[in-house]
Amino acid sequence: MTGAELSFAVFTALALGGALVALFETSVVRSAFAMFGTFLGVAGLYLTLGADFLAMTQVLIYAGGIMVLYLFGLMLTKPSPHERNLRRIGLAAALAGALAILLLVQLFTGEHAGMPAPENLPAPEPTAEAIGLAFLRADSWLFAFEFASVLLLATLVGAVYIARRRPEPRAEELS
Amino acid sequence: MYELLLSTAIALAVVLAFITVAAMFFVYAERKVAGWIQHRVGPNRTGGFAGWAQSIADSIKLLLKEDLILRGADRRLFQLAPAVVMASAFALFVVLPFGPGLIVADVDLGVFLILAIASVTTIGVIMAGWGSYNKWSVYGAMREAAQVASYEIPLGLSLMPPILYFGTFSLKAATEAQTGSFGMGWYLFSDAFWIAIPSFLLFFVAALAENKRAPFDLPEAESELVAGFHTEYSGIRFSFFFLEEYAAMFVFSAVGAALWLGGWNFPGIHLLEPGSTLLLVLATASFVLKAFFLVFIMMWVRWTVPRLRIDQVMTLGYKYLTPLSMAMALIAAGWEYVKHLGAQA
Repeated sequence: MTGAELSFAVFTALALGGALVALFETSVVRSAFAMFGTFLGVAGLYLTLGADFLAMTQVLIYAGGIMVLYLFGLMLTKPSPHERNLRRIGLAAALAGALAILLLVQLFTGEHAGMPAPENLPAPEPTAEAIGLAFLRADSWLFAFEFASVLLLATLVGAVYIARRRPEPRAEELS
Repeated sequence: MYELLLSTAIALAVVLAFITVAAMFFVYAERKVAGWIQHRVGPNRTGGFAGWAQSIADSIKLLLKEDLILRGADRRLFQLAPAVVMASAFALFVVLPFGPGLIVADVDLGVFLILAIASVTTIGVIMAGWGSYNKWSVYGAMREAAQVASYEIPLGLSLMPPILYFGTFSLKAATEAQTGSFGMGWYLFSDAFWIAIPSFLLFFVAALAENKRAPFDLPEAESELVAGFHTEYSGIRFSFFFLEEYAAMFVFSAVGAALWLGGWNFPGIHLLEPGSTLLLVLATASFVLKAFFLVFIMMWVRWTVPRLRIDQVMTLGYKYLTPLSMAMALIAAGWEYVKHLGAQA
């Protein structure tokens, strides 16, 4: 067993194990923590594929940022140990499952099927510079990327404005 | 394969030994510094001279203490949390350039890796707070989540000026770029010193908040939350949180030293033969001393400045540090562009 195979096994086990625990665990907070394991495992898989920038972004954004937001939201809601009811989301679950299967079939039989085996991959090299240069090319998607982030920012500001509790008018202002 | 595993194991053992010894030293130093600042003596009995063995005695006591888990606690999360916190603190050391050739893994994205892994520590703290089955712990965890999520932005952006200046994320490459002609080509003394000084101050404040050091130690504010997220921990599990705090202090001080204070470079490094043992020893000592000095300043701040309120912490983070660090990154990028234009003309 080579080092690459060993790390592939460890990270796959982490990703799949975390996903299974997140699915079958009845406590929502515990599911969220299991998802943290999945995020780390996926980041590790990116790393074994030589995508170092993507792996670290995955850890920074998903494992460190979005997880904290999830947990923050879950802890602010009313806690009860067995709050998940899977029957109520049966149709949605079936749809999502069908979509996932379709995606997998497409991945293995579609036009992009036949990904190179790990040992045939080129040696990993730093990707940060290549990603940065690709962004600066004239035909890049930089404008669309920045436009999407401005749109998200506007959405955030709007959400804060709607959610903010307006101060009660004071007595002297009413009179 | 086995050689790889063996060399990794040796490197990790060295890092572990360094973290443990440095943390023991920092605990002793913190108590002494606190004593001096408050006109006390500090620990002065254990071991005879100036109480030097106090930390060793404390560690033995912590190892022998009973490991308590509350009956209502979420056992698995409670047990996993110190491991997550400790493992992330441990992983941070991997990319620190202690000296020429003295680095566990020269990752191309070193600074980025440190930011990413430091954010994982937060998950461990939240896990500890939630698993403890104690409302003070949950309050501490919530504060940690809110505080760290907001200070990650100024921390990351305050690192942009040196990254732009050196054009690399690697701490080793940044250190090598600061040798200069006399070993003094530090970023703080470069042509961009007027950006370097304010960005260093920003970085330092954001690092204090990210490490939940006073005056930002809201997650464990003892006057309000008993001990915050680690209220229910005892013995060795408690000591993991303790170890993590001091390890993270050292790591962020070391990043500051590597990016702004020239890393292992010191005046006169050009006189020594490259690759000689003397150079290696002096360079490593210079790096560690710089980092220790910044840790000392962190302690100094802790015993001087009163703790902020949680709303003040959030205001400082979002309304002052975030816009300031954004402006700093923009100005630094503009300055690099101006220099680029000047070089072309």
